[in-house]
Amino acid sequence: MRYLRLAAVYLRLGVFNELEYRGNLVVQVFQSLLGLGTALGGLAVVFSYTDNLGGWAPAELLGLLGVYFVVGGVINLVIQPSMQRLMEDVREGTLDFSLIKPADAQFLVSVRQFQLWRGVDLLIGLGLLGIALRDLGATLGPASALAFLVALAAGGVIVYSFWMMLSTLTFWVVRAENILVIFQSLYQAGRWPLSIYPSWLRYGLTFVVPVAFATSVPMEALSGRLSPAALAGAVVLAALLLWLCRRFWLRGLKHYSGASA
Amino acid sequence: MGLLGLYQAQFRTTAATHLQYRVESLIWLFGGIVEPTVYLVVWSTVAESSGGRLGTYTSGGFAAYFAVMMLVEHLTFSWIMHEYEYRVRMGRLSFVLLRPVHPIHADIVDNLTYKLMSLIFLLPVAAFLMWAFHAEFAPPLWAVLAFVPALALAFLLRFLMEWTLAMAAFWTTRVSALNQTYYVAVLFFSGQIAPLSLLPGPLADIASVLPFRWFVSFPVELVLGRLTPAETAAGYLAQAAWLAAALVLVRRVWRAGVKRYTAVGG
Repeated sequence: MRYLRLAAVYLRLGVFNELEYRGNLVVQVFQSLLGLGTALGGLAVVFSYTDNLGGWAPAELLGLLGVYFVVGGVINLVIQPSMQRLMEDVREGTLDFSLIKPADAQFLVSVRQFQLWRGVDLLIGLGLLGIALRDLGATLGPASALAFLVALAAGGVIVYSFWMMLSTLTFWVVRAENILVIFQSLYQAGRWPLSIYPSWLRYGLTFVVPVAFATSVPMEALSGRLSPAALAGAVVLAALLLWLCRRFWLRGLKHYSGASA
Repeated sequence: MGLLGLYQAQFRTTAATHLQYRVESLIWLFGGIVEPTVYLVVWSTVAESSGGRLGTYTSGGFAAYFAVMMLVEHLTFSWIMHEYEYRVRMGRLSFVLLRPVHPIHADIVDNLTYKLMSLIFLLPVAAFLMWAFHAEFAPPLWAVLAFVPALALAFLLRFLMEWTLAMAAFWTTRVSALNQTYYVAVLFFSGQIAPLSLLPGPLADIASVLPFRWFVSFPVELVLGRLTPAETAAGYLAQAAWLAAALVLVRRVWRAGVKRYTAVGG
């Protein structure tokens, strides 16, 4: 509860910060719409030649795009900026200020920086999901809706743990943010169903860089094609990665020595 | 020393910088590999599900198209539109203006150096993609030879165009919206999302009047043996015409832009 309130405080700070630069909202909305147009345009071109891609109908791919925008929106709204700030802080030694606060430091550094306007993608994603759901409506039961929410939460935890672990590397390696560029560019592969990729690529997108858990798996759950075992697997993996990420963070902290002290 | 000596000196400096940051240089290549690979997979899947062929492309034809497209896109792209705003805003342009040659020369060498060095890494990637996705193409020898000047013209045309657009930074600090619009247009209308012959009617019409196709789609289709000699000649002409227009434009805009440029401090 207390942590929720803390996150809300940081969110409000982010809001105040960005309200000073309202012009950026216009630019961000424009760029988000452009991103949306690109994605929809790509889908339109593909679906002018076929009515299913690897067994996925257009409405399902629209839903997948929705998940892609939602998760990408969350990453850009809070995860990416907070991790960026963490890496700068470690490099400059200013992480001290977070460590001395009377709350869990990992939590603090994870929600510290909100780029509010990047949340536009989140809204676009929810809109796309809404449209896709209306088209899929007839086939959607409460079980698959629940499975979707669980898979989405698991995917979110997996993506967060992945980013957090890579950012924690910064305690040992100075320029860890370059590794994150790899995630950012691989993420776009998540706009398409995992099943169309050849097996070596599917394996890489699932276990080396967990893009599949963020987009494909939740959408499979929603369209009822995800087996209960796979869903359980995603939840277990999420818990495991979160635990590993915690251990790794604590080890990293031991390694940290402030710059000024 | 002349322009050639200048190019050599700049080549050595840039090469040293990239060698210093080799991991970063490699990682930045990554996005340029992922995107064509994704579209390769998507289009091969579509081809296979519609009877093994789509227009003139088989799924192996798509593999060849996107693997070569990745190389051509890499060899012709520039990052100048990202960089210019920083140069103008931070007053970095002042140092460049002191030099007795036009700053575009240093940028060209910078770009070519990075391309040549990263090709060592990217050629095996393209070969791997062709092998993994069973690429099919059999270009005649003349097409391979004709590809070289087409690629050179493509590079110059794209570089001049992007250098011109980059100068928007002299007039506004919000160039990111302009840049992104440009990138999206290039994505659709240069043949990166799909071969241009597969774009739906209205999009194909737009693509045919814009210059973008001449710096990606044209060299790619040429080296894959998809063009007739007559189409190739027409392509050269179009490249030359756009290049001439770009040359005029880049000079005009540069003159106007430099007049507006004021550095703080320095």
